[in-house]
Amino acid sequence: MSQPTPTPQKAPEMPADTPDAAAQFVARYKAESPAREAWRMFRRNIPALVGTAMLMLIIGLTLYGTLIYTGDPFDIVWAPHEAPFVEPDFPLGTDYLGRDLMAGLLSGGGPTLAVGAAAAALTMVIGISMGALSGFYGGWVDNLLMRITEFFQVLPALLFAMVLVTLFSPSLITIAIAIGVVSWPQTARLTRAEFLKIKELEYVTAARAIGAGNGRIMWRVILPNALPPLIVSATLTIGVAILFEAGLSFLGLGDPNVMSWGLMIGANRDYILDAWWPVTFPGLAIFFTVFSVSLIGDGLNDAFNPKLRER
Amino acid sequence: MSNSYIFKRVAYGLILMLFVVVLNFLLIRLAPGDPAVVIAGEMGGATEEMLEQIREEYGLNKPVLTQLAIYIGNVASGNLGESFFFNKPVAELISQRIGPTILLVIVAQLLSIFLGVFLGVLAARKPNGLMSAFVSVFATVGYAVPVFWTGIMLIILFASVLPIFPVEGMQSVRLRDAPWHVQVLDVAHHLVLPAFTLAVIYLAQYARLSRASMLEVLGSDYIRTARAKGASERTVLFHHALRNAALPILTVAGLQFGNLISGALLVETVFNWPGMGRLAFDSILRRDYPTIMGVLFFASAMVVVANLLTDLSYRLADPRLRGRT
Repeated sequence: MSQPTPTPQKAPEMPADTPDAAAQFVARYKAESPAREAWRMFRRNIPALVGTAMLMLIIGLTLYGTLIYTGDPFDIVWAPHEAPFVEPDFPLGTDYLGRDLMAGLLSGGGPTLAVGAAAAALTMVIGISMGALSGFYGGWVDNLLMRITEFFQVLPALLFAMVLVTLFSPSLITIAIAIGVVSWPQTARLTRAEFLKIKELEYVTAARAIGAGNGRIMWRVILPNALPPLIVSATLTIGVAILFEAGLSFLGLGDPNVMSWGLMIGANRDYILDAWWPVTFPGLAIFFTVFSVSLIGDGLNDAFNPKLRER
Repeated sequence: MSNSYIFKRVAYGLILMLFVVVLNFLLIRLAPGDPAVVIAGEMGGATEEMLEQIREEYGLNKPVLTQLAIYIGNVASGNLGESFFFNKPVAELISQRIGPTILLVIVAQLLSIFLGVFLGVLAARKPNGLMSAFVSVFATVGYAVPVFWTGIMLIILFASVLPIFPVEGMQSVRLRDAPWHVQVLDVAHHLVLPAFTLAVIYLAQYARLSRASMLEVLGSDYIRTARAKGASERTVLFHHALRNAALPILTVAGLQFGNLISGALLVETVFNWPGMGRLAFDSILRRDYPTIMGVLFFASAMVVVANLLTDLSYRLADPRLRGRT
């Protein structure tokens, strides 16, 4: 949780008194930058690397898969409920209407990932702004903003998002906004806690002493040092947002004109006892996406907090 | 724990609820279109007469602030409006549906806390053991599975492969007139799959959290003292350590309650559980806004009450906090 400090070095022998040797000494014992250290740790973390590879594969498939595997996922192309792995033209079979599941899976990933990423970005922007102002200024600002945060924590997020989406007609943009609007409170609390801790540190006082203004201190001095836990939280937020989008589409509240994994599950829900595959494959796709994101999140968490690693 | 503290907390909860009411009001006003039509619902095919009646009741011809005052007054006197789809007061609709939701949420919450903490304590005993590895993997997997999909997979499993649990509804029709204890067992039987589905995600989180929390506590001096005086491993774990490790778990349990209600909404839809979530979903499809707003109000009230109880029990559990206000 604490901001990264350079790795402590064991006292080296004094170098020879030549400029060249001194330069070598500096190069050798220069403190590693926190980002580099985190990357070195992350690189060694096998589950995190597996997660990264998995996520890149999924993103690649959703971006380029539809270029190779063409076909409209809404088109009825075959008999309904064709079993998977039988017909080579429809490797994952067809759904209750006879729509190609492979096409649905490939083109459904894009909207799910895009909405997840956009919603997570919005969550972070709102959460970090609220938390930063609250933690930095304290006093009545803190009081007011924290009451607002608590109010949003009282509203059951999915229900509130459902209401927002229904009131303002579902499209990918309204869905992303609705998810962002309901899920920022935790980020705000985390940011506030980090700001409260960091603003007492000496380098903040030093920054103030050389004449930095409030805005500069908040965004250029404190925020970069609060980033490690926020990056981890952003990763987890993406996972939650994807699950959220899937839940809304499953309920039939997504954009009806865009194929998405949740929509595939929701559409085929009434026929699960006739055919297991139309609901199983999109569910697995959601699972593997969120799973890879959370493996990355755990890896980043370990990389930023070496102290926690032995747990 | 002083009475003034409880009073303060309750008052704060009421203020939060007031803001939920204001939000409901704003949502209706912000929705595109004539609020009277929004309230009547698009499915209702409202007549001009009906719309006039709604305008009268909600004071929609008066200034916005007066409208807000009327709305708050109505809610405060227990009038949440009328569902034009069911032709019934919303309060009555919800009072029929809130029981099953509370039952589902509380059973799922208890199940996840007890099972999760138990797994977490077992894992903490050997930080590098098999159980620890299982808890870590389970927590990551449990977090990543969409709750509605778990439910669907369980339905497929228990409807066709292993038909030992009912997969739909809350009661068997043929047992409607059975003696009460048979009915209780019947509901419990129906509850197994929905409660388990809802519990799985949180179970995994509690397991991970209690493992971390226990590991921290197990390193402290009083645990060494307890061991030194010859307390059995079980006493050390469950009596000495868990009591102290339980505080963060309690905090999270309170914070999770809102998420649990969101999850219940999906689980109820999947299992056809006759609760508030199912009602909300049906009402959203019908654009029955008074009912939706009523559910939002009651669901938020449940979270407020749960937070209040968590807060109070936190003070009971931690003697250091008792004196403070």
